[in-house]
Amino acid sequence: EFRRFSLERSKPGKFEEFYGLLQHVHKIPNVDVLVGYTDIHGDLLPINNDDNYHKAVSTANPLLRIFIQRKEDADYSAFGTDTMTRKKNVLSNVLRPDNHKKKPHIVISMPQDFRPVSSIIDVDILPETHRRVRLYKYGTDKPLGFYIRDGSSVRVTPHGLEKVPGIFISRLVPGGLAQSTGLLAVNDEVLEVNGIEVSGKSLDQVTDMMIANSRNLIITVRPANQRNNVVRNSRTSGSSGQSTESSLPSSTPNILGNLLQGEEESDEEDIIIEDSGEPQQIPKAAPTSESIESLSQIELLHESTQNGFLPSSEMNLNHSAGSFSMECEVPEPGPKSLEEDGTIITL
Amino acid sequence: MRRFLRPGHDPVRERLKRDLFQFNKTVEHGFPHQPSALGYSPFLRLMAIGTRSGAIKLYGAPGVEFMGLHEENNTVMQIHFIPDQCQLVTLLDDNSLHLWSLKQHGGASELREEHRFTLKGPPGSPPSATQVTAVLPHSSREVLYLGTESGNVFVVELPSFRVLEDRTITPEAVLQWIPEDNCNRRSCELVEALREHPKNPDQILIGYSRGLVVLWDLQNNKPTHHFPGSQQLENLYWQRDGSKFISCHYDGSYTQWPVSSDSRQAEPLENTVPYGPFPCKAISKIYWQTTKNGLPYIIFQGGMPRASYGDRHSISVIHGSQQTAFDFTSRVIDFFIIFSSDPAAEFDDPSALVVLAEEELVVIDLKSAGWPAVHPPYLASLHCSAITCSHHVSNIPLKLWERIISAGSKQNIHYSTMPWPIDGGTNVAPDPPQRDLLLTGHEDGTVRFWDASGVCLHLLYKLSTVRVFLTDADPNDNMNTLGEDEWPPLRKVGTFDPYSDDPRLGIQKIYLCKYSGYLAVAGTAGQVLVMELNDEDAEHMVDHAEADLLQDQEGYRWKGHEKLKTRDGPVRFEAGFQPFVLVQCQPPAVVTSLALHSEWKLVAFGTSHGFGLFDHQQKRLVFVKCTLHPSDQLALEGPLSRVKSLKKSLRQSFRRIRRSRVSSRKRRGGGGNASEVQEANAKFDQDALQEMELAPVQRKIEARSAEDSFTGFVRTLYFADTFLRDSSRHCPSLWAGTNGGTVYAFCLRVPPAERRMDEPVRAEQAKEIQLMHRAPVVGILVLDGRSTPLPEPLEVAHDLSKSPDMQGSHQLLVVSEEQFKVFTLPKVSSKLKLKLTALEGCRVRKVTVANFGSCKTDDYSENDLAVLTNLGDIQIISLPLLKLQIRYPCIRKEDVSGIASCVFTKYGQGFYLISPSEFERFSLSTKWLVEPRCIVDMPEVTSNNHVHNKSGTENAARKS
Repeated sequence: EFRRFSLERSKPGKFEEFYGLLQHVHKIPNVDVLVGYTDIHGDLLPINNDDNYHKAVSTANPLLRIFIQRKEDADYSAFGTDTMTRKKNVLSNVLRPDNHKKKPHIVISMPQDFRPVSSIIDVDILPETHRRVRLYKYGTDKPLGFYIRDGSSVRVTPHGLEKVPGIFISRLVPGGLAQSTGLLAVNDEVLEVNGIEVSGKSLDQVTDMMIANSRNLIITVRPANQRNNVVRNSRTSGSSGQSTESSLPSSTPNILGNLLQGEEESDEEDIIIEDSGEPQQIPKAAPTSESIESLSQIELLHESTQNGFLPSSEMNLNHSAGSFSMECEVPEPGPKSLEEDGTIITL
Repeated sequence: MRRFLRPGHDPVRERLKRDLFQFNKTVEHGFPHQPSALGYSPFLRLMAIGTRSGAIKLYGAPGVEFMGLHEENNTVMQIHFIPDQCQLVTLLDDNSLHLWSLKQHGGASELREEHRFTLKGPPGSPPSATQVTAVLPHSSREVLYLGTESGNVFVVELPSFRVLEDRTITPEAVLQWIPEDNCNRRSCELVEALREHPKNPDQILIGYSRGLVVLWDLQNNKPTHHFPGSQQLENLYWQRDGSKFISCHYDGSYTQWPVSSDSRQAEPLENTVPYGPFPCKAISKIYWQTTKNGLPYIIFQGGMPRASYGDRHSISVIHGSQQTAFDFTSRVIDFFIIFSSDPAAEFDDPSALVVLAEEELVVIDLKSAGWPAVHPPYLASLHCSAITCSHHVSNIPLKLWERIISAGSKQNIHYSTMPWPIDGGTNVAPDPPQRDLLLTGHEDGTVRFWDASGVCLHLLYKLSTVRVFLTDADPNDNMNTLGEDEWPPLRKVGTFDPYSDDPRLGIQKIYLCKYSGYLAVAGTAGQVLVMELNDEDAEHMVDHAEADLLQDQEGYRWKGHEKLKTRDGPVRFEAGFQPFVLVQCQPPAVVTSLALHSEWKLVAFGTSHGFGLFDHQQKRLVFVKCTLHPSDQLALEGPLSRVKSLKKSLRQSFRRIRRSRVSSRKRRGGGGNASEVQEANAKFDQDALQEMELAPVQRKIEARSAEDSFTGFVRTLYFADTFLRDSSRHCPSLWAGTNGGTVYAFCLRVPPAERRMDEPVRAEQAKEIQLMHRAPVVGILVLDGRSTPLPEPLEVAHDLSKSPDMQGSHQLLVVSEEQFKVFTLPKVSSKLKLKLTALEGCRVRKVTVANFGSCKTDDYSENDLAVLTNLGDIQIISLPLLKLQIRYPCIRKEDVSGIASCVFTKYGQGFYLISPSEFERFSLSTKWLVEPRCIVDMPEVTSNNHVHNKSGTENAARKS
């Protein structure tokens, strides 16, 4: 159901009043609902207090799209972030390690005005020795904050061990995005940038690729410290992204696929000022059936309830499986052998 | 994602691509970098030049040229043509000899290396025993005499390079015939020169370094004469009749020796130190040329008085009472004389002196009074002042072409009218398909117009912008004006002059409208000149305007150079392009982009501070736009310079160190005592030091932000008549793209022609697009309703292009260093994009629209983008769908100046500098290919005895 109503931008009022207005407009006075809105990056963000309500109103240009869900069948993870439903993960030492241990499915609070800043993705399709990290540059003022260098690594080839040139992380800037996520470390070897292998490319080329992708940077590394690797018991989980040990309900959505595509496009949107007016995002010219980028937010929500992985992720599987076929899985028993399958959020 | 969306191989398209695109490096224009050797064949009338990098280039008649490259890339030390053959031998600095031949293949001659050979001494002998110092190809064409450092002369059979050991002329064999009182063991230490007797092929002259010269009889294996020179020998030269020879020496002297049948030991006829009596430099080479009137030409290199003129690079010509020391702009590598090669002729009758200097080729006409220079049709010194930019204009209308040539011919009056004397071979290449101009801007404020239609790049016309300005250099300061009785009689020749009086004069951007003859040039100190072609000399005022690009921005201080001072009052200009408008940007930063619209009579220019539009009809500044980001201090302070950025990075790294030191202190602060802090600091300093020393090359990964430096730097300007505001009315517009990924669009109102002088041109900003990836915008283009790029100004008016389609909707193509993006117009929505950097890690350096015709059918052609990346690759990208068609590696990625210098033509060719003095020409098109194709005729081989006569008559016949 759609409702359209106007609001005075300069005097938005309090969240409580707005909440009441919504219940009134939709004639659902006693139903608990979750309120969300789409921001300029196309992310669905919650409205649940005065601050994020005001933020939402101020970003409207001129329309503000509000989404309302019943609280009981709300899909928290549909929001641009995926905080609460996650399990403890081995890498969470930097990510508030003492939070909700062993209480994977308890909603502590609504996501506030959170935004993902980094995530580990494609865990199920990568060898355990590798880690694919996504850094979300937009929406944060933090610098990416890392440096890369030339180096060499030893590879297993059909002809035995071979020393090959490689690209490594040489430095993390204190307080930068890369350091604050804890997912990247000095001497990690960079294997891919946004799905493109870096082998055979020069340091300058890789630098340019990373900068060109800086607003949505996905780097696949072989961590220098292999002790924190995510370990799986088997690969049978396939592309579902589901963990075999997981206590997550099967309905838990994995919205990575959508994030990858939806955001990859939205992050790029250029801004136009017409006749010295207000800056606006440049829209897409014509939606084409093959591009998910043109799907509306509603469709995104719908899509997000399906456990789909991206075609590109699958291709990456072939990609990496081909080049690292010599690696084998060694499940590491112990209390740390937990599963990692999705987004990590840091503040 | 994109790679999965890429369409599969469409066989039809693949076939078409083969008919359209093909990559070839076709010819090198200009002067070879670091030449090291010169050779000439009077028989083939071909000249050969070897370089320090092992290249060998042959030149004959204009258009006849060949190139070869020694695999070893070693310096070519000597080049010798085999007499009366299409063959030559080169000696490299690794002591290897190489035999090259010109062979006909498929209707054209090709230069190929046939054999290589390194002289081997007996086991245990020192390397000097076989170090070749002199090479003599014998007229029998069967053997090569090789003089060595050990004094041995080895005989090597051709073409097999087999050493004929029994015929080696050893120092011992020579010494046993020489009386002991005028020689000793060391007299025969190093063979400096080998010369065959001009009349008797059985005798060769052997000159040893210490002065001893021996005339050796090859039949009897003994010397017929010996000449006890006392000075260190430099070179030898036979007189034509074989009755005398001349030796030149290290002390600046030369000596004539008679070769008479009566005495076996000769006394010198004459010993002269031409520039004595004070110590002189060596005379390294000498010619003695006879003439009909009896007065010989004595031509020698060097010999200048050491103390006063020891630094000159001179060649002196003495003919009777005439004597001139030609003073070259750079070191003389070698020279030769073109003279009558007919052996039947009684005299040499020299016609031209050909000098290879390090930076240019100079040819002197010895037949005309005053010995004027000859204008070479090739081997132009592109770098006589350093090239700062280039601009190519295809398909010049005949009228403009003729006017430029006529303006140029008025500049060349001091050159000799002699036809080019090196005229061997036949050019069989088809005539160039069209008239093309390459314009090069130089550091000294000149623009040179080159005929780039064919294989020979030659200068048509030289334009100087210096006259508009007041500079320190006095224009009347002429180096050539020397008094009558100056001694030595030096005369400067050549054009190489790398020293610019004022670097602010440097030309940075050029735009020529081939239809109207309007030319705009812009320079280092923010100067923009608009010129018009005038066939006559004229004296007139240059309208002068200033464009304050900072407008009302306060508090900025320009720390760079001052603007150029202009001349007051009218200025006299020679025929050619004459400036009538001068716009000076304020601050006077280097002009980074330039566009001229000759139909609207507008010129747009941009610097690191902003851009402006000038109406050159009404001579009025229409508007300026400041593009600076307030935080961009660096752009404000001064010109782009390495020093500045180094300073900045140093400053930053110190700041970084300081900052982290502070933070480390903070961490430790509180509980820790003073000594602990000190310790920590010491440790930190040590760590920082270690990091500095050991840190490998690393690159910072950071997103671009609006605060980066030089975001306001205007990279590209573009005029278009398109739909900017609404889809019903199109209007003139000006587009500008900056380093920070911003595109500005201004709507222009140009009054109709009849009211053009009455109403002002108006401009209003209509759009501003900020690319989120913030990469520098390097190209802007509007595609019409048929997705064809809009034509150039006046192209339609001259019926040379279809009118653009104004019915369908237009599209805007913005090319940044990282992406290609197509937007709709007038409402800007993004339609298509190609992310180059994200996928391939390369960035766009140059981009042009090029038209590619099919080699199979005449009626098919298409427009594509030709793109050069920072890796030196060339990519062709289709329009309007932005699909990569093909990729060729072209320039080494380390060759930054090569990549920066690249220009594309409108028909899929291009040029880039391979050295300061040479352009490599390449072609991406199957249809437009300019490459040398020539034939050098092979003489018929006759018996050895008649070779001379045979070839002589052939030559005579060819000459007549």
